[in-house]
Amino acid sequence: MILSNGAVAQQDGNPKPAQHTVLFAKAADLFDFVKDWARTNSLWPLGFGLACCAIEMMATAAARYDLDRFGAGLFRPSPRQSDVMIVAGTVTKKMADPIRLLYQQMAEPRYVIAMGACAMSGGPYWDSYNVVKGVDKILPVDIYVAGCPARPENLINGILELQRKIRGEIG
Amino acid sequence: MDQPSNQALHRHPTPEQEHGLKTEELLLNMGPQHPSTHGVLRLILHIEGEVVLDADPDIGYLHRGMEKLAERRTYAQVLPLTDRNDYLAAMSNNQVYCQAVEKLAGIEVPERAHFIRVVVNELGRIASHLVWLGTFALDLGAMSVFLYCFREREVLLSLFEEICGARMTYSYIRVGGVPWDVPDGWADRVRQFLDYLLPRLDENDALLTGNEVFLSRTQGVGVLDPRLAINYGVSGPSLRGSGPQFDVRRDDPYAVYDRLDFDIPYQTTGDCLGRYLVRVEEMRQSARIVRQALDLMPEGPIMAKMPRVFRPPAGEVYTRVESPRGLLGVYLVSDGGTNPFRLKWRAPSFANLQVLPEIVRGWKIADVVAILGSIDIVLGDIDR
Amino acid sequence: MNQELEQTIRQQFPDAVLAATDCKGTLLITIKADQLLPVCRFVRDSLEFDFPDCVTGIDTGKELEVVYTLWSTVRDNDLSIKVVLPYDAPEVDSVTEVWKGANWHEREVYDLLGVRFRNHPDLRRILLPESFQGHPLRKEYQETD
Repeated sequence: MILSNGAVAQQDGNPKPAQHTVLFAKAADLFDFVKDWARTNSLWPLGFGLACCAIEMMATAAARYDLDRFGAGLFRPSPRQSDVMIVAGTVTKKMADPIRLLYQQMAEPRYVIAMGACAMSGGPYWDSYNVVKGVDKILPVDIYVAGCPARPENLINGILELQRKIRGEIG
Repeated sequence: MDQPSNQALHRHPTPEQEHGLKTEELLLNMGPQHPSTHGVLRLILHIEGEVVLDADPDIGYLHRGMEKLAERRTYAQVLPLTDRNDYLAAMSNNQVYCQAVEKLAGIEVPERAHFIRVVVNELGRIASHLVWLGTFALDLGAMSVFLYCFREREVLLSLFEEICGARMTYSYIRVGGVPWDVPDGWADRVRQFLDYLLPRLDENDALLTGNEVFLSRTQGVGVLDPRLAINYGVSGPSLRGSGPQFDVRRDDPYAVYDRLDFDIPYQTTGDCLGRYLVRVEEMRQSARIVRQALDLMPEGPIMAKMPRVFRPPAGEVYTRVESPRGLLGVYLVSDGGTNPFRLKWRAPSFANLQVLPEIVRGWKIADVVAILGSIDIVLGDIDR
Repeated sequence: MNQELEQTIRQQFPDAVLAATDCKGTLLITIKADQLLPVCRFVRDSLEFDFPDCVTGIDTGKELEVVYTLWSTVRDNDLSIKVVLPYDAPEVDSVTEVWKGANWHEREVYDLLGVRFRNHPDLRRILLPESFQGHPLRKEYQETD
């Protein structure tokens, strides 16, 4: 039986391009497929912006870049109702505790995207007395989105990578 | 002289005062993660029923220590840090910093650079007010206006990207002038953008200003007494919504503002609606300024001759500009070295937020959202 | 205008003014720390400096300085008043009763530089958490981590 992400050799030795027909070995695979499809196409982010990257996150959700077409446009104010926390901006020591609280309040499966240089590693403020050098010091991060501020296209790429990760295609 | 106060203005009675219900004072935490606090602001609200008795802002959740970092960086390296303070109006931040350094070192900026600076400063004002308008409307529930404003802003950000490569944090205004001249045809594209923007601004205005719900949530809400505002150091549209026409571009002119013709919009009601109307009109005036500056821009160099290793003479200086939020100032102390000795950032949002407890007393929790939105704060500016 | 300003203040407070310099168009007067409150009341009431622009704390390495920059919306002019405080007794009167806007600025100078303001209505840290040790903007400050 063939699954959709394989590359099957053809007669002339070149790899066959990936097929889009999906065949399942057992019912469990069908269940996994539906579950992953549902999860990836309705990732609800937590409305949580810290600094400048938050504005680019808003721009990604707004008219030109429209995050909603990937299913991820419904920003929820409450962590209980969200799937992914996009940490957009500098994490300061004063804010570290509230961020951990928010993460703990999210229901599993939950994901974290570190958006921007500050969330990845402290960014331009890495040597400051009040800045945590990257949100991965306090939370497990799934996807890192680079930029200062991270461009909307890059955030969309990050969301798509997260979708691939949820489907098990990467990492 | 007795202190001005906000005592005589409209208040909601507490449930105890109105119905004789026995209630207890409750401490409600609003933030630091909240959709309407415009960043990581924590407001500790003392409430009785729905009526707010006091609001204590707790700030510092975005304090990145920029002033200390500035002492460890050279004057050129500090510039990207300044962008990220008031990240919605990064051009104003660059402008005030470069102005302070140039004033201290006595650097003469070429005239063409001054005109370019005015153009990008005013376009930055339009971009910032568009974000403010979108988020203010969003806070009050008008989602469409948010999407329309961001659509307009995207065109403007493309123009910024053409001139300096960045959408939001530009570092375009450098000490001595600007690093790159405007690209060919950019001035015409800016004029086209302004022609495109103004009718849409009227549309957005019509969606909100005539709207019954919007008016009932902003008219007469959060009235700020003008003498109290001045005593608190409130500036910008938050001050001009109450009457005083204090604008740094008019009263302490910098760049080439003294050669341009524009009005300073103001209202006398001092409520959220007044501050809203001032900002909308400011966008139209900014368009007027940009058009004049583009027409009057002379040919010539855009950057003064700067030494390789820049050491301004020892001394101290204070300079101010009108950012979209109000009076933005920089106190710069130099000891003759390559790094600033002390860089103090006078943030307009810091001073403006101070007045919040005075103007939310007696209003309901939902009004706090409207009042906070109308003051237009940026946490990067407050916390630095 | 700055000449007259300096003369008026010197006439009113002959022994309070220690120095007066021109900082690129702004008059900067250094006064004795114990005379701060009367001078501030005077400049607000008689000289119409109604707008508290900025309160800057500076650590020069030898002592602490606090500079109050004021603006007059009536005369469109500014003025800076500086007080110099020793490291071992960094205390000065709060000017919150003169300009309410000085409240948060003074809290910030206390937070980041450790200057105490007498009779301040609410002197506590504003930007850093309450549990933070030290005053980061001092030149001698070393980070603990």
